[in-house]
Amino acid sequence: MQIPFTVENREDTAVYNGKLGIWLFLASEVMLFGALFSSYIFLRVGSTNWPDGSSILNIPMATFNTVVLITSSITMVMSWVGLMEKNYKKFSLYMFSTILLGTIFLVVKYFEYTAKFEHHLFPSTNTFLAIYYTLTGLHVIHILGGLIVNGYHLLFGKKMWETEPQRFTNRIEVSGLYWHFVDLVWIFLFPLLYLL
Amino acid sequence: MSEHSHKSEHHELKFWEKYIFSQDHKVIGIQYGLASLLFLLLGLGLVSIMRWQLAYPGQPIPFDKFVYPAGIVGVAVILIRGMKIGIHTLIGVLLISIAFLVKYLISNDTRVSDGIMLPEFYNQLGAMHGTIMIFLGVVPLAVGAFGNYIVPLQIGAPDMAFPKLNMASFWVFFVGGVIMILSFFLPQGPAQAGWTSYPPLSVIESQGQTFWLLGMVFLITSSLLGSVNFIVTIVQLRAEGLTWMRLPIFVWAQFVTSFLLLLAFPPLEAAGVLQLMDRVAGTSFFMPSGLVVSGTPLDVSGGGSPLLYQHLFWFLAHPEVYVLILPAMGIVAEIIANNTRKPLWGYKYVVYSIIFLGFMSMIVWAHHMYITGMGTAISVFFQTTTMIISIPSVIILTALFLSLWGGSIRFTTPMLFALAFLPMFGIGGLTGLPLGLTTSDIHLHDTYYVIGHFHYVVAPGSIFGLFAGIYYWYPKITGRQLNNMLGKVHFWGSLVAMNYIFFPMLIVGLAGVSRRLYDGGMQYAHAQAVLPYNEMMSIAAWFLALFQIPFIINIFLSLKKGKKVENDNPWDATTLEWATPTPPPHGNFLETPVVYRGPYEYSVKGSSTDFIPQNKK
Amino acid sequence: MSAHDLSKEVKKYILVFVGLMILTFVTVYVSSLEVGIITGIIIAMAIAATKGTLVASFFMHLLHEKKIIFWLLIFTAIFLTGLLLLPILVKMNGVRY
Repeated sequence: MQIPFTVENREDTAVYNGKLGIWLFLASEVMLFGALFSSYIFLRVGSTNWPDGSSILNIPMATFNTVVLITSSITMVMSWVGLMEKNYKKFSLYMFSTILLGTIFLVVKYFEYTAKFEHHLFPSTNTFLAIYYTLTGLHVIHILGGLIVNGYHLLFGKKMWETEPQRFTNRIEVSGLYWHFVDLVWIFLFPLLYLL
Repeated sequence: MSEHSHKSEHHELKFWEKYIFSQDHKVIGIQYGLASLLFLLLGLGLVSIMRWQLAYPGQPIPFDKFVYPAGIVGVAVILIRGMKIGIHTLIGVLLISIAFLVKYLISNDTRVSDGIMLPEFYNQLGAMHGTIMIFLGVVPLAVGAFGNYIVPLQIGAPDMAFPKLNMASFWVFFVGGVIMILSFFLPQGPAQAGWTSYPPLSVIESQGQTFWLLGMVFLITSSLLGSVNFIVTIVQLRAEGLTWMRLPIFVWAQFVTSFLLLLAFPPLEAAGVLQLMDRVAGTSFFMPSGLVVSGTPLDVSGGGSPLLYQHLFWFLAHPEVYVLILPAMGIVAEIIANNTRKPLWGYKYVVYSIIFLGFMSMIVWAHHMYITGMGTAISVFFQTTTMIISIPSVIILTALFLSLWGGSIRFTTPMLFALAFLPMFGIGGLTGLPLGLTTSDIHLHDTYYVIGHFHYVVAPGSIFGLFAGIYYWYPKITGRQLNNMLGKVHFWGSLVAMNYIFFPMLIVGLAGVSRRLYDGGMQYAHAQAVLPYNEMMSIAAWFLALFQIPFIINIFLSLKKGKKVENDNPWDATTLEWATPTPPPHGNFLETPVVYRGPYEYSVKGSSTDFIPQNKK
Repeated sequence: MSAHDLSKEVKKYILVFVGLMILTFVTVYVSSLEVGIITGIIIAMAIAATKGTLVASFFMHLLHEKKIIFWLLIFTAIFLTGLLLLPILVKMNGVRY
């Protein structure tokens, strides 16, 4: 038994299953983060005193992390370009860079968190820190998920690339969409939490 | 495809691949079905215990009169055919485990003291009844079981678009269910803040609530995976010629339902995560400043908003109501068209109404919150949208009623359930209108009237629709018919019992009795006149539980003893699921179907039969 | 997609990347100025939205995406608007909770 349209596009919808699936998943992710952003605004406009994010959080570290994540986005898309050029080596190289950059992001985040803990700034301290930890924590979980998927492609992708190259390229495109979305969430998180 | 199916026939699947970790949508559908039916039974059991306290407040529960007989009957059932193992063994084991469970529950003095139910236990029963019925019973049965089994068949697909994801979705659901069950064995029992889990009560509550939240995160994840899968399947895997306006109503209903789950569940997931943070990390998302509990100020940073939780919760929970009802409507539409031998009246109106209903259901949520003090301007907005959303519901119901007109109705068991659905859902819907109007809601809010209204929609509404579906598709799933006599006993018993339970609730509610009273209103002057109804409702509830026994026996008995179906299409139906072998093999269709016509071509003039299947040229 | 198209795409990616970098530093710089809270929010959100659009249009290929994906996103955007209106709705009534 073969499920139709796992590789090729369906004629009337012009997409393959995986692409529609990931966009639907991203739509639900939009609603998840949308609800959290909405809660953030709701709590902030209702509060009597809201601390200035930039006075508590470390802006240079977060700016560095933003650069890292945006760079990982372009390496991700380049790894897909590598597959489109039938160049597996290029794919591996860029995919490895993506994973490396993602890991750097997590390491920086780790230092950020521990620095806060050392200053006794916990989620229970105030609502600003609560929302900071919750939003960035969820984002970190998403990064972790992306790293696991990308790591799987890098380590075990060769076999599928040799047997079903088009399907593998699709998979990388789909994983890329997810990875860019995680980047996109950070693009909004960064000013909301650190700068405003 | 033929080459591949040929190959897969030779690939022998191991037992656990075939029945446990199966990727076949039909096996997953059956797994969902059995699990959710068990949960429905558990939910009914919980409320049966709870109703004792309402009927006879403060009197010891006669558990002992029940526990030992149940245990003895269980042993007897197991031994009934000597040492042979069969379905009766399962029933016996089930009975004995229920007896043990009840014994365990009452032996714990945080729940029951001298046989008398404590308020905490009452709250736990109420909270878990709601949670289990909605999130572990009706939704998995409607979407997980029927959606999985029927949708790919009705659209002529070999399987769901992502079979592995489908399997994952079931097992994530299973873990969520296990977490919910485990919470019963916590020292302080399961969650007791109601199925809505409003803070700040839910945040300061015992450990059970943390389990509840964790369980919900799993259930939500499962629903999200499932709904992505359904939408992709319906969009991408429709058979050749099966255009959008040729889809059976059931598929449309599942399509819209999946969208609701996909877009409305994430806000609840967000709310769940925030509440979990409040409980575990000590944050104050939902905890206002200056909260005092039992005389001592709470040690939280404060500044949160309980109202925020309610917004996020109802942003999901109102669409959830349509998740409960839409698949049932779809099933009823299929069965009515089939048993009146007439095309469905106003197919297009029904489809557009379902889409509109789904759309509107996302912007009516705050009508659950009129008396939270959120302000008149918002209330008026949500009152208006609520009145608008009743229009498509009425259109659908009217179309179903008009479909009966002039038909030569076959009163089969599924048709009986489908017919009962119409007036029952009608009562449920109409009693909802006063709740949607801000002024009348002030009186009715949080009374038994709400319970009556909601249960009319879900119990003789949704659940009857789902029962109809079970009776209708059982022959396709097993190759045998369910017993008609037992089915009729099940139907009439349930119908009468349900009305005896839920109609008095409307009366009690109109008298102004709150839905959350541990003693059913004994201490309130305004409740005295309606107190006798409590006993009546409870007795009816226990009868309702008894009338499910013929159904359970029927399902198991008919597996072996039921009348065999003569052909693959015993109901002379038109939709594609009947074009498969019975039961459908892995991969479903022997040859890829092509669709030439709409879904309900019954009694077409000039045709030799009174039905023309969709795949007939 | 031919090799020529691909190299054109790659050039676009690099341009977008440079643009994102510049915007990142602009938003950090602006936040250090004393522009007032409302102006600050507007500028920061406008920059974030621009960056988001760039990522979605080019890295996620939304510019050349199929109709069905657009419908899905429009649909989601409507509900998201409802969700984001929530705090504003509450504010509109002037209710303190």
